[in-house]
Amino acid sequence: METVIGLEIHVQLTTRTKLFCACRADYFAAPPNTLTCPVCLGLPGALPVLNRCAVELALRIALALDAEVQPQSLFERKNYFYPDLPKGYQITHHAHPLALGGRFTFAVDGELHTVRLRQVHLEEDAGKLVHIPDGALVDLNRCGVPLVEIVTEPDFRSPKEARAFLMDLRTLLRHLGASTADMEKGALRCDANLSLTENGRTGTRSEIKNLNSFRAVERALAAAAALHRDLLARGEEIHQVTFGWDDQEERLVLQRTKEEAHDYRYFPDPDLVPLAIGPEWLEAVRAGMPELPRARAERWARAYGLPARDAEVLLVEPALADYYDEVAKSVPDPHDAAGWVLSELRQFWTGEEPPVPARDLALLIGRVQTGEISRASAKAVLEEAATSGKPIAEVLAGRDLSQIKGEQDLRRLAEEVLAAHPQAVADFGAGKVQALGFLVGQAMRKAGGRADAKKLTEILRALLAQG
Amino acid sequence: MTLTEVRAGLAAHELTREEVIAALWERIAACEPTVHAFLSLADPDRLIADGEPLSGLPLSGLPIAIKDNICARDLPTTCGSRMLQRFRSPYEATAVARLRSAGAQVQGKTNLDEFAMGSSTEHSAFGPTRNPHDPSRVPGGSSGGSAAAVAAGEALAALGSDTGGSVRQPAALCGVVGLRPTYGLVSRYGLVAFASSLDTIGPIAGCVRDAALVLSLVAGHDPLDSTSLPVPPHDYTADLRPDLRGVRIGVPKEYVPRELGPEALALVERWREVAEELGAKVMDITLPTTEYALPTYYLIASAEAAANLARYDGVRYTLREEGDRVGAMIARTRAVGFGPEVKRRIALGTFALSAGYYDQYYGKAQRVRTLIARDFAGAFAEVDLILGPTSPTPAFRFGEKEDPIAMYLADVFTLPSALAGLPAISIPGGTVGGLPFGLQLIGPRLSEERVLSAALAFEEALN
Repeated sequence: METVIGLEIHVQLTTRTKLFCACRADYFAAPPNTLTCPVCLGLPGALPVLNRCAVELALRIALALDAEVQPQSLFERKNYFYPDLPKGYQITHHAHPLALGGRFTFAVDGELHTVRLRQVHLEEDAGKLVHIPDGALVDLNRCGVPLVEIVTEPDFRSPKEARAFLMDLRTLLRHLGASTADMEKGALRCDANLSLTENGRTGTRSEIKNLNSFRAVERALAAAAALHRDLLARGEEIHQVTFGWDDQEERLVLQRTKEEAHDYRYFPDPDLVPLAIGPEWLEAVRAGMPELPRARAERWARAYGLPARDAEVLLVEPALADYYDEVAKSVPDPHDAAGWVLSELRQFWTGEEPPVPARDLALLIGRVQTGEISRASAKAVLEEAATSGKPIAEVLAGRDLSQIKGEQDLRRLAEEVLAAHPQAVADFGAGKVQALGFLVGQAMRKAGGRADAKKLTEILRALLAQG
Repeated sequence: MTLTEVRAGLAAHELTREEVIAALWERIAACEPTVHAFLSLADPDRLIADGEPLSGLPLSGLPIAIKDNICARDLPTTCGSRMLQRFRSPYEATAVARLRSAGAQVQGKTNLDEFAMGSSTEHSAFGPTRNPHDPSRVPGGSSGGSAAAVAAGEALAALGSDTGGSVRQPAALCGVVGLRPTYGLVSRYGLVAFASSLDTIGPIAGCVRDAALVLSLVAGHDPLDSTSLPVPPHDYTADLRPDLRGVRIGVPKEYVPRELGPEALALVERWREVAEELGAKVMDITLPTTEYALPTYYLIASAEAAANLARYDGVRYTLREEGDRVGAMIARTRAVGFGPEVKRRIALGTFALSAGYYDQYYGKAQRVRTLIARDFAGAFAEVDLILGPTSPTPAFRFGEKEDPIAMYLADVFTLPSALAGLPAISIPGGTVGGLPFGLQLIGPRLSEERVLSAALAFEEALN
């Protein structure tokens, strides 16, 4: 028995304004019903006007996913009543979407998989209901916020694959500047469908709606797969149903059966003209495309020998990846610089802006890589610069960090440490190798961190060997 | 007095705005108790006071009546429906805003069939409008209030809306001029949608020149309406000439069936003679798709209406009838808020779009619509204008057309050009049974100047 999974992903675009009006689209934390106008409130007589920027971001996504952009697409009305839908219909691409087909390659435990896509289209978001003890309140700030829907073919064979796909898709969307793709804030939403196949026969599908975290996607799909297996094992029929996912209880919640399915009565929205995308517009969008994350990882591997694992972590945040690129191009050893960015710099990066400019970090790493200062000193400098906001050069100037590198000086230091710690010397002689580490640590402390740790270790080891 | 005459009088200081407004309100006081053209009225003293700074503008602070499905800020916008009985729009329609910037003031909001669905103004939730020529008869519809107000001398000019004939047919029945512009020439922004692909805003006025003037002030591209044509504003009065020399006029045989009766047929014959006397070449033509216009129109318009009217759900600005669950609240609100004709069309439109029926009804109607447009395109390869009656009959009596289909037939001559998006005008063409009978001229897309000039020629010759 094989698990077959397909996903429908809704991506909230980072446009300044909504899809069909001039209201601000970034509704997060805005007081309820403050980002509205006659158009997104669906007031009588108001009319939609398509946001060009939303189309361009959607085109970026379509191009990055190798989807075939259609020369003409059509917005339709999807009709249903709900208090968070002020017009009584949602404007969405349907039978003639923005782009058809496409594919996306993603990594599962370092192994590359490719999923085929069905379509990429644009639609407007609905508002939100806020439930209170004696009813519900409506907040229409989100109404009309642009969404791109990406529909995959049922190409995933496990919940884990589905999750890995979503994580790589998130990275892609962020690099395209198309979305914050933050699942927790609803900027990336996922519906999934799952069925089991046996001997080439596909079973009945279950749909799971509104999965709002990577973990929920994996857990809900695993639960659905288990449910299907269980029903089949007991010889019971599987009905076509739609589930929700209860994140607290970690269980599927039945939402509706096939009989309750809506008839949305789609038809082309007569308030909008067909969206024509000519070759010139498409080329202009293509020309403005940023480097895609997979291409970047390959470039880093080729040029710097950077392992895929490091690349993946750097790529999660486009700002971090850009920062690394900036540092890497001006240090002797870009591979080593990745470690600096990931393990040292990142811990101080809490706000929007990097804690120290990339050029400053490159200067510091350069000093270490040429042997002018020790790693330990450099870490201390970075910490001071990051927390005080002082330029690295200024912090460097304020400290004596000239390395103790001379053979004579290091030997004198080593001899002093050995003399002061006879017990450790004896332990080493008795076969306790850890004693060497202790002695190196003591020597470094004595040197105020300025000694070349590698050379010092060699000297200590030589002296101990001489007895 | 026409708007053109009043403007000339103001310019020559033979009249004052106060006198004009006072005269209009005298007519209102005299006529409104029977005619009931207005659903709401501005305060005339305010209009006089507020008009002063507008003196230098084209309309010099003069009041214009607005159909109550076009949003204006200072008066309610009810659409003749209980659903919007207490609704005031927080924004203004582009057409109204443009009239204001030309120095006009909103005189009042005129009665209509609920959400512009009807041909008699009997379907208003706030009572019917009566025809000033005979109060036992309807004024036509759905812009019956606008047409009756102008015909009764209560308004100098008005805006109406024409989806399938709602400007032209009431203009014909009330003996005034009504122009449906090319679809997209006047912005729909702020016109409460009935059938978006057919809705137009057009002037209703006492004469062709007035209609041309009002059109000039409201027409032209509007970025707030995606279906607005890329046409700059234009003065349609500038090249207005009562001239038919060399104009080829086609009379479709489908528009002059024997059923019109001898009096109407004689009138059409007279129009042909007048046209020829003025130097036009009149020929018989055929528009074979005419008979399909009515079912095509009712499928498309009702489908769009069903979606357009879904927003009236009791959640925000409409009437609300409470229910124990939100679905019940919405259902009860709509049951109470909408009248029978609106419900009939929502039901028809919902059915036409249903899964399994879409292609058979809505899809097919769209294909027939294309054929109807092609029919006109073929005709306009041979003629410059199409001439015929606006409506098969003059004003009918209240309650005479209780069968919805009989009512729908009042629009057979206005529906085809509406489906094709063409400009068309109705002017008084004489009388049938002592009642006004409208002459309709239809032109190709964006031929408003040609249509208006020909209409002016007929107007002068027939008076």
